[in-house]
Amino acid sequence: MTNILEVKNLKIWDSRNDRVIVPNSSFYVKQGSCLAIVGESGSGKSVTCKAIMKLNKAGIRQSGDILLRGENLMELSEQRMRKKRGKQLCMILQNGMRAFDPSCVVGVHLKETLMEHFGWGRDEIIAKMKNAMESVMLKDPIEVMNKYPHQLSGGTLQRVMIALAIVLEPDILIADEPTTALDTLSQFEVIEQFLQLRERMGCSMIFISHDLGIVKLIADEVLVMKEGEIVENGTTQAIFSEPQHTYTRYLLSSKLAMNQHFKRVMGGVNVAER
Amino acid sequence: MLLSVESVEKSYRKGGLFSKEREHVLKNISFECKLGECLGIIGESGSGKSTLGRLLLGIEKPDRGSILFEGKKVEDRKVRTGNLSAVFQDYTSSINPFYTVEEAILEPLQMKRKAREEALSEIDHLLYQVGLDPSYRKKYPHELSGGEVQRVCIARAVSTEPKCILFDEAISSLDGSVQMQVLELLKNLRKRYDMGYIFITHDIQAAAYICDRIMVLRNGEIEEIVEVEQLKDVQSTYTKKLLQMIIA
Repeated sequence: MTNILEVKNLKIWDSRNDRVIVPNSSFYVKQGSCLAIVGESGSGKSVTCKAIMKLNKAGIRQSGDILLRGENLMELSEQRMRKKRGKQLCMILQNGMRAFDPSCVVGVHLKETLMEHFGWGRDEIIAKMKNAMESVMLKDPIEVMNKYPHQLSGGTLQRVMIALAIVLEPDILIADEPTTALDTLSQFEVIEQFLQLRERMGCSMIFISHDLGIVKLIADEVLVMKEGEIVENGTTQAIFSEPQHTYTRYLLSSKLAMNQHFKRVMGGVNVAER
Repeated sequence: MLLSVESVEKSYRKGGLFSKEREHVLKNISFECKLGECLGIIGESGSGKSTLGRLLLGIEKPDRGSILFEGKKVEDRKVRTGNLSAVFQDYTSSINPFYTVEEAILEPLQMKRKAREEALSEIDHLLYQVGLDPSYRKKYPHELSGGEVQRVCIARAVSTEPKCILFDEAISSLDGSVQMQVLELLKNLRKRYDMGYIFITHDIQAAAYICDRIMVLRNGEIEEIVEVEQLKDVQSTYTKKLLQMIIA
């Protein structure tokens, strides 16, 4: 299996106060697999992913190598990078509400994105989006496209984002806490769509989350970060059954009491475990 | 009965300022909450959980029906003062950014007309209760992490020794491990101060962990009220579906 994305000696620091956020991290994503990055807030998960997209704020600098299919993204100009974003690297953010332009209907955003990358006509875009949106269980796609972001729920918007990712067919999809802002029901539906997305397109994925239950469902490999450093990595099974590092054990044990209590209350019936 | 809610209705104007159309947020809500009980209110986003929370706090008035706190109307400020506290989800905006932790906790204590010296001496104890040391007194909210700010908010809510605290998604925006610490803290505080909680959340597992009874809201109506111990024998199909969709 080849590696689709390789990150070597990535260092990220804040140039205004010389504070190092991520000292030195190296990891890779295999073709068609899903890598989950877990850790508490402030551990540098999001900064790492933004660094891959080269989307960090101006004051934050980075060094090292990021190879996408062998091509070094660090050497690309901003113009060439723009072409890569969306087409080859796709990102789904935590807050669906803020990811869309509030001043126009959702369809405009979708049309602009697809025009930029594929140069398709209006009818083609609508036809393709309609298919994709139906496949993520959005009823009435045309109506959804004619609504403003504030008229739609967080779960719906997040699924529109996934539908857009399906049409774009990126090489790698980066999802930064896509379900944290959602309630239990829509969380389940969005995760379901992510699982299907992987089955259907065999797309590689980086999945950032602090919810270990979701990580267990979706990821093949897990990377545990603490204060900018990678403390442990391995296959999902290995991390969940035999964690080596004390921090990983701490993360795993933290919600155990709650889960066990819940299982006891539910009479030992396992819920949504697959 | 600490809280008794009877056939409460609430609707908001939908659309523009002069629009006649109204959105019915809460429909015929009636329930009771005993002294020292912990009641969980769960539901999807948009089910009216937070609106119900604001009505219980007396910040807003219901269109119809009544909410009584110890037999008196909750809208009356005198009934609430010192007896009913709240902790909200957005910890970044919960504390006045110009206040230090000390000033933030002092505010409700002074409302109860306590002498300043007495109140000041109490702060150390309160901070200790929520697991923070006295060095936090002079810090500003932006210097603290999310979990720490939420602890300060809890200390502030506990300071007047209320009979009931309302938590509106108070742990939802915290990390998994910090969530657990706060839940444990709430469990301990409840024993020590003999308080009741109203715990509004969409996290059913957290609600099951801390509450005695759980109320399920759906589109502004009460779907079901169930004892936590009987959670596995829920009646309505909606609640069953909700429970099946938990990713544990």
